[in-house]
Amino acid sequence: MDYSYVIAIPLIPLAIFLLLGLFSKKIPPSISGWIGSLGLGASFVLSLYTAYHYFLEGKVNGIYQTFVYKQTWLAFSDKLHIDMGVLIDPIAVMMLVVVTTISFMVHLYSRGYMKGDDGYTRFFAYLALFSFSMLGLVLATNLFQIYIFWELVGASSFLLIGYYYTKPSAVAAAKKAFIVTRFADLGFLIGILIVSYYSSTFDFGELNNPDGIMITSWASTSFMGLSVFTWGLILIFMGGAGKSAMLPFHIWLPDAMEGPTPVSALIHAATMVVAGVYLVARLFPAFYFVQEGYALNIVAYVGAISSLFAAIIAITQNDIKRVLAFSTMSQIGYMMWALGVSKYNGHEGLGFMASMFHLFTHAMFKALLFLAAGSVIHAIHSNYLKDMGGLRKYMPITHITFLIAALSISGVPGFAGFFSKDEILAAAYEHNMLIYISGVVVAGLTALYMFRLYFGIFWGKDTQYEHPPHESPWSMKVPMLFLAVMSIIGGYIHFSEFITADHQPFAAHLNYTLAAIASGVGILGILIAYILYKKETTIPDKIAGTFGALYTWTAHKFYFDEIYLFVTKKIIFVLIAAPVAWFDKHIVDGTMIGIGNVTVAISNKIKGLQSGKFQDYAMAFISGSVILAIIVFYLWL
Amino acid sequence: MIEGISIYEILSLSSILFFIGIYGFFTRENLIMVLMSIELILNAAAVNFVVINTYLYPDFLQGTIFSIFIIALAAAETALAIAIIINLYKLVTSVEVKDTEVMKY
Amino acid sequence: MIVFALATVTSRKVLRAVMYLLFVLIGVSGIYFLIDYSFLGAIQIVVYGGGVIVLFIFSVLLIHHVELELEVTPLKKKIIAGLLSAAGLGITLWAIITYPFKAVNASQPIEVSEIGNKLLSYGDGGFILPFEVISVLLLAVMIGAIVIAKGKKLEK
Repeated sequence: MDYSYVIAIPLIPLAIFLLLGLFSKKIPPSISGWIGSLGLGASFVLSLYTAYHYFLEGKVNGIYQTFVYKQTWLAFSDKLHIDMGVLIDPIAVMMLVVVTTISFMVHLYSRGYMKGDDGYTRFFAYLALFSFSMLGLVLATNLFQIYIFWELVGASSFLLIGYYYTKPSAVAAAKKAFIVTRFADLGFLIGILIVSYYSSTFDFGELNNPDGIMITSWASTSFMGLSVFTWGLILIFMGGAGKSAMLPFHIWLPDAMEGPTPVSALIHAATMVVAGVYLVARLFPAFYFVQEGYALNIVAYVGAISSLFAAIIAITQNDIKRVLAFSTMSQIGYMMWALGVSKYNGHEGLGFMASMFHLFTHAMFKALLFLAAGSVIHAIHSNYLKDMGGLRKYMPITHITFLIAALSISGVPGFAGFFSKDEILAAAYEHNMLIYISGVVVAGLTALYMFRLYFGIFWGKDTQYEHPPHESPWSMKVPMLFLAVMSIIGGYIHFSEFITADHQPFAAHLNYTLAAIASGVGILGILIAYILYKKETTIPDKIAGTFGALYTWTAHKFYFDEIYLFVTKKIIFVLIAAPVAWFDKHIVDGTMIGIGNVTVAISNKIKGLQSGKFQDYAMAFISGSVILAIIVFYLWL
Repeated sequence: MIEGISIYEILSLSSILFFIGIYGFFTRENLIMVLMSIELILNAAAVNFVVINTYLYPDFLQGTIFSIFIIALAAAETALAIAIIINLYKLVTSVEVKDTEVMKY
Repeated sequence: MIVFALATVTSRKVLRAVMYLLFVLIGVSGIYFLIDYSFLGAIQIVVYGGGVIVLFIFSVLLIHHVELELEVTPLKKKIIAGLLSAAGLGITLWAIITYPFKAVNASQPIEVSEIGNKLLSYGDGGFILPFEVISVLLLAVMIGAIVIAKGKKLEK
C-alpha cells in the first residue's frame, strides 16, 4: 500500500498558514475561521483514512511494517546525511490521528471563542503553523528532521502564548517558555551530535535497528564510566524533558496559561507537551538496549518525580488553568515513567503500550477539560476559583462535559481514563514497586484536585454574578461534545492490538485487583473533594492552616521560579553577562567606532588639500616637478 | 649669436625670469597680477627657444618660427583671460584670488 | 631686466607693476635685437607693448581705483613660494651649467623672407599647418572674448 499521500497531511496546514499569514489584511475574519477549520478537517479525514488502512491492512506476518518515504536534503558524507521525509509506523499513525483530531476540534472551538478579537486571522494562521510543525515532528524520519520541527513547534508555541502581545505578563510568559525549552534543546542538540558522530547516522531506522551500530556496539566508547551513547540519549531526553515540562524544566508550563484557552488546549495539553514522550517512544529500542536501559531508568525516575510533584502543587492552586497545567504535567509524568519501566518484547512491552494508550486518552479528556474551562472563562471573564460557583444552573452542557472529563481522568470505571491508567499501573506493578506506589498516590491526588475544581466551579457557593453567565455558542459546544464522547469510548479500543514496542500485537488483560485498587483510590479522592468542596465550608482553610509552612511552599510551587530567577539574575547576569556585555560595548564596538573616528579625523586633515585656491594647486605642481627633477638628477649623477 | 655673451649667461637669465614669474604666480593676490606673471613666464620661454636656436643650431629655423607662435598664443590667451576676469568682476565685484575659492571642499 | 621683473612681482601699486612689466618686455625685445632677430623684436614691441600692455592698463583702470594699494601676502606664503622658486631655479641653473653646450659661432641675421617662406611652405620642414591652426585659434579667441565679455546680455 502506498502511503506517500501522507505528506499532504502536514502540508495542508502549511498552505493555510501561508495563505492566512500573507493575506491576513484582506481576508475577513469569518472566512479565515472557516478556511482554517476546513483545512484541518481535511487533514483529519486523511489521517483517519491512513489509520484505517494502516491498522487494518498494514500487517505482514503479524508485524506492523514501517514505511519510509524520504529525500536526501543535506549530505555531510556518504553515510551521514539529513533527509526530509515521512515515516509511517504505528505510533506515528496514532499521533497523526491525535494531533489532527485535537487540532480540528480546537479550530472549530476557536471560531466561537476568539470571535470579535482583533487578531482573529493571525490566530488561525498561528494555529495552522503549529499544526504543520507538530505533524512534521510526528512524521520525522531522522533525528535532525525531528529537531527542525521541534524548534518550529517551539516557535509556534512562543507566538501563540504571546498572542495577547500587549499584555506584559503574556509576553514574559512567551519569552520564558521559549528560553526554557531552548535551553533544554541545547542538550538535545548536543545529544544528537554525540549520537550521530559515533554512529554515523541520523536515521531512526538505523538507530533503532537491533543489528545497527548503536545497539550492538554501544560499549565501544565510554566517557566517565558510561557509554557515549548513554550520554547522548540522556541529553536527548533533556530536550524531551524541556518540551514535556518535566522537572526541572517545568517552570514554563504554568505561565504558558497566559495564552488563549484554545491554545492551552491544543498545545499545552494534548500535543506539544507530549512531544517529549513521543521522542522517547520513537527512540525506544535505542533507549532500551543501550547500556541495558540506563537512560530509560533516568526517564522513569524523572517522570515519577515530576508526576508526584505536580500533583501535590495542583491541590493548592486557585487559578483553574494553573490547576489544569499541573495536572497535565502530572499525567505526562505518568506517560514518561510508563515508558521508563517498560521492557521490549511482546507482553513485556506493556509499559510502552500503556504509555501510548494514555497519551491518546489523555489528549481527549485534557483537551476537553481545557475547552470547558475556556467556556467558563468566556462566560465569567475571570480565571479564579473564588469568582466561580454554582455554575451548573447556567451552563448545563459545559457542566456535563466537564464532569465526564473529570471522571475520566480520575479513573472511574467505564470511562477511557480508567482503562489507560489501569494498564499503566499494571506495568509499574510488574516492574518497579516504588514507582507503582507513587503512581497510586498520584491517582488519588488527581481525583482530589480535579473534583476540587469541579465542585468549586459548578457547585460550591452560590455566587451572585453581575451578568448572568450564558451557555457557549454551538461552535464551542460541538467540539466539547465530540471530545466527551471520545473520553468515554476511547478506552474501549484494544490498543495492544495496534501499538506495541516491537510492532507485534499482543493481547492485554485487565488485572482486576489492580483495577480495583486504582479505582478505589480515585473514588476516595472524589469523596474527600465532595466533603470539602461541595458546599462552601471552612474545612479546607483549616487543613491548610494545620499544614502551615508546607502549604505556603506548595502554593508557591516550591519556589522553583524564585530559585531560577535568583540564579540567573544574581549569579549569571552579574558574573558572566555583565562583563561580556561591557567587553562587547567598549572593546568590540569601541574598536569599530574608533576606526571610523580615526578615518574621519584623517580625512578632515586631507581635505585641506582641496582648498580651491589655484595658487596652491600650482605650488603643488611645481614642487612635484622640482622633486622629480632632483630625483632624476641625483640618480643620474 | 651675441659676441661676448656665452650661452650660459643668457640661459641663466631666461631661467631667472621664468622662476621670478613663477614666484609672482604663487604670491600675488590679484588676478591681474597673476596674469602678468604668466606673461613673464611665457616670455622667458620664448627667449629660451630663440637663444638655443641661434646659438646651437643656426641653420635651422624651428625655434625662431615657434617663438612667433608663442607670442601669438600669449597675446590671445591674455585677451581671453581679461575677458573672463571682467565677467567674474561683474558677478563677484572683486578680483581678489581669495574670492574665487568656490571649488573648495 | 631682472630688477624690473622683481619689481613687477613685488610692487604694491598695480599701475606701477604694469609699467615695470612693460620695461621687462622691452628688455626682452632688446635681446632679440642683439641676436640679429629684428623681426621678432619688432613683433614683440608691437604685440606686447602696443596690445597686451594696453589691454592690461584698460582692465586695471576698469576694475581698480588707480591709487589702490594691493594687499600684502602673508609672510608664510612668501617664504614657501620663495623657497620653491629658489629650489627650482637652483636645479635649472645647475642643469644648465653642468651641460657642455657646443656653441657654434657662425651666424647670420635671420631674414624675414625666409621666415615667410618657411611659414607658408608645405614641403619638408614647412610650417603651414601650425600657421593655419594659429589663425583658427585667433579667430576662436576673438569670438570667445566677445561672448564672454558680453555676458548675459547676449540672451536678451
